[in-house]
Amino acid sequence: MSNFRIAGKGRVNRSRQLRFSFDGVDYTGCEGDTLASALLANGVHLVGRSFKYHRPRGILTAGSEEPNALVGSNRGNGRFEPNTRATVLEVFEGLKTESQNRWPSLTRDIGAVNDALYVLFSAGFYYKTFMWPKSFWDKVYEPVIRNAAGLGKAPTAPDPDTYASRFAHCDVLVVGGGAAGLAAALEAGRSGASVILCDEQSELGGSLLSEPTAEINGQLAWDWLEDANAALAAMPNVTVLPRTTAIGYYHQNFVGLCQRLTDHLRIVPDGAPRERMWKVRAKQVVLAQGAIEKPLVFAGNDRPGVMLAGAARTYLNRYGVKVGNRAVVVTSHDSAWHAAFDLAKAGVEVTAIVDVRGTVPTQLVTAADALRIRTLIGWTVTGTKGRLRVSSVRVNPVTAGGKVGGAETIACDALLMSGGWTPSIHLFSHTQGSLTWNEDGQMFLPGRGKEECRLAGAGKGRFGLKAAFEDGAAAGAAAAADAGFSTQPATYHVEGEPSFTGVTGRELPTDLDPGHAKAFVDFQNDVMAKDIRLAVREGFKSIEHIKRYTTNGMATDQGKLSNINGLAVASDALKRPIPAVGLTTFRPPYTPTSFGTFAGYNKGALFEVTRKTPIDGWAEENGAAFEPVSLWRRAWYFPQVGEDMHAAVARECKAVRASLGIFDASTLGKIEIVGPDAAEFMNRMYTNAWTKLAPGRCRYGLLLGEDGFIRDDGVIGRLAQDRFHVTTTTGGAARVLTMMEDYLQTEWPDLKVWLTSTTEQWSVIALQGPNARKLIEPFVEGIDLSDGAFPHMAVATGKIFGVPTRLFRVSFTGELGFEINVPARYGRAVWEKLFEAGQRFGITPYGTETMHVLRAEKGYIIVGQDTDGTLTPDDAGLAWAVGKTKPDFVGKRSLSRPDMLAANRKQLVGLLTSDPKTVLEEGAQIVLDPNQPVPMDMVGHVTSSYWSAELGRSIAFAVIQGGRSLQGKTVHVPMPDKVHAATITGMVFVDPENTRLSA
Amino acid sequence: MLLIRCPYCEAERPEVEFTYAGEAHIARPADPSALSDDEWRDFLFIRTNPRGRHFERWRHMHGCGRFFNAVRDTVTDKFAMTYKAGTPRPGDEEIALASASAAADSAASVKDARP
Ligand SMILES: [Zn+2]
Repeated sequence: MSNFRIAGKGRVNRSRQLRFSFDGVDYTGCEGDTLASALLANGVHLVGRSFKYHRPRGILTAGSEEPNALVGSNRGNGRFEPNTRATVLEVFEGLKTESQNRWPSLTRDIGAVNDALYVLFSAGFYYKTFMWPKSFWDKVYEPVIRNAAGLGKAPTAPDPDTYASRFAHCDVLVVGGGAAGLAAALEAGRSGASVILCDEQSELGGSLLSEPTAEINGQLAWDWLEDANAALAAMPNVTVLPRTTAIGYYHQNFVGLCQRLTDHLRIVPDGAPRERMWKVRAKQVVLAQGAIEKPLVFAGNDRPGVMLAGAARTYLNRYGVKVGNRAVVVTSHDSAWHAAFDLAKAGVEVTAIVDVRGTVPTQLVTAADALRIRTLIGWTVTGTKGRLRVSSVRVNPVTAGGKVGGAETIACDALLMSGGWTPSIHLFSHTQGSLTWNEDGQMFLPGRGKEECRLAGAGKGRFGLKAAFEDGAAAGAAAAADAGFSTQPATYHVEGEPSFTGVTGRELPTDLDPGHAKAFVDFQNDVMAKDIRLAVREGFKSIEHIKRYTTNGMATDQGKLSNINGLAVASDALKRPIPAVGLTTFRPPYTPTSFGTFAGYNKGALFEVTRKTPIDGWAEENGAAFEPVSLWRRAWYFPQVGEDMHAAVARECKAVRASLGIFDASTLGKIEIVGPDAAEFMNRMYTNAWTKLAPGRCRYGLLLGEDGFIRDDGVIGRLAQDRFHVTTTTGGAARVLTMMEDYLQTEWPDLKVWLTSTTEQWSVIALQGPNARKLIEPFVEGIDLSDGAFPHMAVATGKIFGVPTRLFRVSFTGELGFEINVPARYGRAVWEKLFEAGQRFGITPYGTETMHVLRAEKGYIIVGQDTDGTLTPDDAGLAWAVGKTKPDFVGKRSLSRPDMLAANRKQLVGLLTSDPKTVLEEGAQIVLDPNQPVPMDMVGHVTSSYWSAELGRSIAFAVIQGGRSLQGKTVHVPMPDKVHAATITGMVFVDPENTRLSA
Repeated sequence: MLLIRCPYCEAERPEVEFTYAGEAHIARPADPSALSDDEWRDFLFIRTNPRGRHFERWRHMHGCGRFFNAVRDTVTDKFAMTYKAGTPRPGDEEIALASASAAADSAASVKDARP
């Protein structure tokens, strides 16, 4: 195996050799390597296949902007991640990685046939290809796309890692730990301000890590860096966060940081979180994110071995790795010349430097001559060769008039390119800060900001080390001053830094047909220059539309490399200047961020609160099946041995109707409404009249929105002249209280009323069935339970088993019933006493499913199931609950709007299927004529549907246009198996005379 | 995440403590029955939806529970001021004064980030 590690170069620890694997082959890297540098050290360039054309791809960059080198990484113990950027992943002993988007193997990939068919996959191919014929969608396109979609394989097992999150406040947050960021943090730190400095890499330094020969204030760069790290570490007011990416910049200097804690470790300490989301509120922010090198756009610019020149320089100087043995450099910027010089000095044969500019600084040419590097000034690159690795480059001279001359082919195993540098303005863009086009530098620069924020260094176009240091120091000092601290910015003397001039090229000129050139702009989404030109030819003028049509810049790298090149190609095609074409918007996150980081602690049992009643434990011990109802978990049914849900519910229903059932109703929303104006408040909120309701009596209450539609309902008891015990639906409690508070605080602040949520203060035990009174009578003190003294819809306070109770005689089943409210802490004890004493009546615990069946048999609706926010009281058959003589209540005026009185409104009705054994699907649509052509005229839908054991048949509710006037008519319900006929009926299926209620 | 000043608690708190409650200064008519169908429709559904300055209601849901009013710019999302429910709609001058003093509180106004 070839070794490309160069003695005496780099910062990696060669005494710590680490074994890792890629596609099943074992390699060795060093401590401090990324997967990319370690693979390159082993001579491996081919690491993946491209998204659309399955073209062989290598490592293009040395940073988080990498679009090509995405791998599957297996960190052991079920820790697998797809699409890990090889340029970010740190190597450790035992790391296993694999290439993606290839089959059967990376070197022999069937999908590469797409590359030959590239004409089919040009811009907008989704939109064009899949328009016709329609039937192809299900059978051909969709499966093909699904099969091809995405790069990596998503893991199938749950993520074994944990994730953390943390809030933090600081005076100055510095994003980026290169020259500018370090200078800013040192300055702000010295001022005494509290400082957070974050950097996405494993160590601070940024470009200094690739610049070992520069001298800062008389010190070599890496010595200076060591001292700077020590100085920051010594300041207790400074927090340094390496491996931490600022992913998003939100309102009022709120910045999200993703800190990677364990991905680089061979053994993850027990319980250590993988990543931590920092939510930082900073008084001042300094953005020192640096700049990203641009590729050049020419045919074959995507072959493995074609790499950004700055990346090659980083691999050499920081990791001690040469990226090839025979390199050619093609550039429009000085910086690539210095990469060539460094490589040549390290023993790499640099065959030629091709500079597309007409003139270059003479000292560069002199230096190249001294290293015996051939220079081709004013030349272009028109192609490359090499299937799995670049083997040669085709170059041509360009005359002053722009004519491309005859081609020459130069052999190489590495082609290093530079199209200049793009300031990283992503986070600044998140703040909606304006951008201005800088014509000289051909780049967008930050304009007016909207936050307490400064930019420094290359991130705002101040290139070069000296400029970065000084700009950073000034920004750090100014940020500290604005946060209330003071400091004098230090001065910086820098020697030996490379020159930094250049131009941003358009697509390189060629003597071949540019319509066939595979000149890539967006490497990750496989977008070529000709795709962008095609989009323009097809009429797209806005860069936002061109972006979506071609998908340029829409991959996970968000166009960090491709945006400006794409814009330049579009600008040429549109014959409009770049600022007139515009720039697409950058959005958080800056780099791909795991869902785990966003979820943080909120997963598993902590994903959402599970509310449990005091009786929940008894239900669990007694084998209840549970269902979620809003945030509550409620006992659904209580299966006995051998019973399925159907059998259990049928048994529970029969027990309630025949003798006695017990039900935990504690989740009912409860609001205590108290005060001298309580009745007036009730009158205004609810449709019903409350003034005449006597203390000790209850009434069904109906609540509308101001729009006249049903919002909630519940039984309301008047305990005293100035006190109401309101119940709401289980899911509606918080909403109803908010609505009441809104009216009370903002519309009727003069009313003397207090609202208190008491949902969790009471345990509510519903006892339902003909034996309900017989069971509790011996245990109740202070209340005469006889039907005369305590009739249906009565409420009284007293004691049960010696515990204080608000006892309601109410029924949601149609049977004689009581709802026993006791202070929550007594709930389970009272339940157990009742259960024990109830054995002689065969007392049967039942769950929400039985409750649903029993109430439907009796024609009681559930708001939110049988209503959907479009039903008026009349639509729901509840017109009787509206106080006609009341001058006003919430929603009253809306009930007389013309549409609310329209003849053909949907009305709630009962439905009985012609085949009594058919239980309709809830939500099924209803039609009048099943033989009409599709699409049919749908007149309503089924809202509730159950098997009724009592009736030995199915029952259902439905909303149907003009339903009440269609009593006895047959309608049709198309379901997957067949169309079912059903008859419209009334809604009360059991005991319409209410004889059982008043038993 | 925004910072919002509750005029009752007299303190700035993170947005997660608050809930939004629609446009402000839309009083429920004292006698809805006196309104025509069109007037009632406008009360129910028609909102200004401006680009720029918006008078709106918030509730300090996970704090004091009070509803209050705010002036916020719908383009920048920035709050100019908050004030108690029931106080009249502030005028231009009052809003300018309030946002100036808020800006002074946070040390410095918006900086020009030009290179
Ligand atoms: Zn408050």
